[in-house]
Parts: sequence; structure tokens; C-alpha cells
Amino acid sequence: MARYAMVIDTKTCIGCGDCVVACKTENKVPAGLNRDWVVEATRGTYPDLTTEFRSERCNHCSHATCVYTCPTGASHYWRDSNIVLVDAAKCTGCKACIAACPYDARLIMHPDGYIDKCTFCHHRVEQGLDPACVSSCPTRCMHFGVLDDPGSHVSRLLKSRTYKVLLSETGNQPNVYYLI
Amino acid sequence: MIEEVLVTARSNPKIDPSLGIWSWEVPMYLFLGGLTAGIMCFAALIILLRKEDQAPWAAKKMAIWAPVLLTVGMGALFLDLEHKLYVYRFYTTFQISSPMSWGSWILLLVYPVSILLVLCSIRDAYPRIGGVIERFSAGRWITAFACYHRQQVATWSLVLGVFLGFYTGILLSAFSARPFWNTGFLAPLFLISGLSSAAALVVLGTRSQAERMMFTKYDIGLISLELALIALLLVNLATGTGVQLDALKNVMGGEFTTRFWLYFVFIGLLIPVVLNYREISGRRTWAFLSPVLVLYGGYMLRLVTVEAGQVSTWTRYTQSFDPVLLDLLR
Repeated sequence: MARYAMVIDTKTCIGCGDCVVACKTENKVPAGLNRDWVVEATRGTYPDLTTEFRSERCNHCSHATCVYTCPTGASHYWRDSNIVLVDAAKCTGCKACIAACPYDARLIMHPDGYIDKCTFCHHRVEQGLDPACVSSCPTRCMHFGVLDDPGSHVSRLLKSRTYKVLLSETGNQPNVYYLI
Repeated sequence: MIEEVLVTARSNPKIDPSLGIWSWEVPMYLFLGGLTAGIMCFAALIILLRKEDQAPWAAKKMAIWAPVLLTVGMGALFLDLEHKLYVYRFYTTFQISSPMSWGSWILLLVYPVSILLVLCSIRDAYPRIGGVIERFSAGRWITAFACYHRQQVATWSLVLGVFLGFYTGILLSAFSARPFWNTGFLAPLFLISGLSSAAALVVLGTRSQAERMMFTKYDIGLISLELALIALLLVNLATGTGVQLDALKNVMGGEFTTRFWLYFVFIGLLIPVVLNYREISGRRTWAFLSPVLVLYGGYMLRLVTVEAGQVSTWTRYTQSFDPVLLDLLR
């Protein structure tokens, strides 16, 4: 199973939102819907405050509860990897996967009704390209690659820097990493 | 202190600012599914325990409501689907890890067994309908088959009724991402509530005073058990993790407090149990009021559980984007 990961450096992310715009443009996401978003997290008490920016999306979990909950197999792993996709031709729009996602990363595609989400731009990945959000990042804070290869850029980043994942306690084994 | 603010737009309909994917349709389906389970269990138990003389309505006439109510519930579920034309996809696969897939296939077993349960007693209970069915050779054959295998049909009804009742709770409790639902108490709670609702249906339907008294007594026991399970569910949440404590706040001072305690526990459980007690003590009450409130309470349990469960979450963002303001600018 190929394990793709996205590594985002919170020290160089400035929260500009270009990743959000790139995603909407690349994937023709309708107005009012979003597959990714940026969070500004502020910790501490004034004047001792720290701020981090995080570009968030589907975490393409290795143990994706949305995939296991789907009653029709519409939510599935792409080509034996951890990239979670939704097959619109199998989706009934029951919304069980939305309830099953602890990150609330899924959405209802309007007006069609099937469930949609970040795909890690798998159509670009199969051409050897990075996802649109990674390619467009002006500060180069976003990185994408295969974790199985110990020499890959993302593997080396995770070896050399301190990192975290979101809500690891859910047991979903997310694959979007944040360098801190 | 930590504050997490969304700095880009995220206003996905039914997801932001808090999850609201399921409206009245899913609670209605869960309620009618539970009621169907209760009907099948009681009708089967009366047959298996040979108590038809003491409970004629429950043994013979009640069963017809099982496929009818289940069909209405399935209709509500269909209305909830966002991609309706693809509903057939439930039956092109079996996903072993998906409770919803299990439920789809269980319902496919429940339907024929519930119809056989109706046919067991159709000649006595509804002679006109029975007459129409027996005009056809297939109808005569299936009615004779059901009558001949009455005990086996009742046994299967009991087994599938329990499965169906449990399933309506497991459907929600399997969502680990929703802390309010993620407890093993929901399955027995929904089964007991379904049995209680079915007992109330008997009290409403029967013309036999002895049967009414019998099921009024059953309902006191079932409602008491339901209250105990609710207490355990709340204790389970109160002794849980941080996200479970946050989920509990929804019904303990939060947004759903009035709906849970006043509209469900007080009106849907406590008042009926008091009225039932007065009824069996021989004091005058409005006989129809208690079973109607029990049925109302059964629906409220599902409604409050679905609503409070959806908004319980692992993520807490402060929404800084207001789509209404954006519309005003356009």
C-alpha cells in the first residue's frame, strides 16, 4: 500500500489562502463549497501569544472511518494507497461518511447530491505532479510525497523536524503532517 | 488558552458552522424501525408463549402494522438521501464494516418475515384482506405455508425484531467521530424504547380491558428500564473523555437541555409512567393519553439523540466567515 503524505510547515505558512483558491480552481469546486481551509490557532495569554497557520483538508487516513462506514463502497482507497476518494456513481448521499469523519472534511456536492472531498489531486499525482495546493503555495510551506520511500522529501522532513498530526487520538491515522 | 479561527471561507451547507446533515427523516426512520422491531417481538412472544387468548390484538391484529410502518420509515429514509437515484446501490454490495449496509440487508430479511407473521393470522384478524389474498393460488399457498409454520415464523420474527431494534441504536453508536453517539448504551436503549412504543400501540389498539391492563403493566417496566438506561448513558458520558464531556453539555445546560429533559424525559417518559400507574391502580385517566405520549417520547428520543449527536464533535473552530455578509456585499 503506497502511503502518500502531505507535510505542511507551520513556521513558514502565512495563512494567505492560495491553497484554497488553487483547489477551487483546479477541481472546479462550486461557489460556497470548500475542500480545504486555513485555520489560525492562537495559544497563550496576552502578551505571551503564539500563532500558527494550518492549511487543513481531508487527512487521507490510513484507518479512514469514512471508508469503513460507507454502505455502498462509494468511499474507497485509490489504487491500494491511502488516498480516499468517493465514486459518485456509487454514492447514495446517505451522509454516513460525513458523520464518520472527525475532521468534518467532507461536503455535499451541490446540486448533484453526491459526497465530495479533497482527493489529494490524484489526477495530478498519477502524472507525477504535486496536488494543486502544494504547487501553488507561494512560501513553499507545503510538501507532498510517498512516505514508504525513506529517501523521499516528505520522509526526510519528518525525520529532521518535530511534527504533529491532527486528532491522532481518534485512531484514524491521518496522513497530513504539520511541522511545528 | 487556545483559539482556533477559520481564516478562509468554510461554509459547506449542513456541515458548517455545526453538523446538521440529518433532519426529521432519520429520527423518523429510527423510530418507526424501533416500533416495527417492538411489534415483531411482542407479536412473536405472544404466539410462542401461547398467550393468544389473553392478548388477542397483539397476537393477531398488531402484526400488520410492522410492514406498513417499516415502509413509511424507509420512505422517510429515502427522502433523506441526497443522491436519490442511486438508492439501488445499497443492494449491489455488502460492506461488512458498515452498520448501514448490515441494516439494509437485515431490512430485506425483516420484510418477508413480517409479512409471513401477518399471514399467520390474516384469516382471523382481517378476513376481508385474507379473502382477497386467497383468491390467488400463490396467496393461498403462502398463507397456508405461514399458518403451518407459525411457530418458526414467530421465532424468526423475534430474532429479527431484536436485531432490528439493536441495529437502530448501533447505526448511531458506531460513529466514533460523534462523541454523544459513541456509547454501547444506545443499542439496548433503542430496543427497549421500541418495545415500549409497541406496548403503547397495543394499549391504543385493543378493545380488551385485560389486554390493555397487561400491556400497561409491561410498559411501566419498559419505561423504567428505559430511564435506567438513560441514566447509565449519561453517567457513561460524564465519566468519559473531554469530547464526551463536551457532548454531555449539550443536554446538561446546553442547546438541547429543554428538548431532552422536558420534551423527552418528562413528557415522553415520566408523565406516561405516572398515568400508567394510575391506570393499573384503578384510578380514572384518559386511557389514550399515556400511549400517545409514549409514542411521542419514542420519536423524541431519536430526534434529540440525532440532533445532539450531530453537533457533538472533535473539532471546534470559531467561524469568522459569515456568508450572509458576503451576500449583502454582492
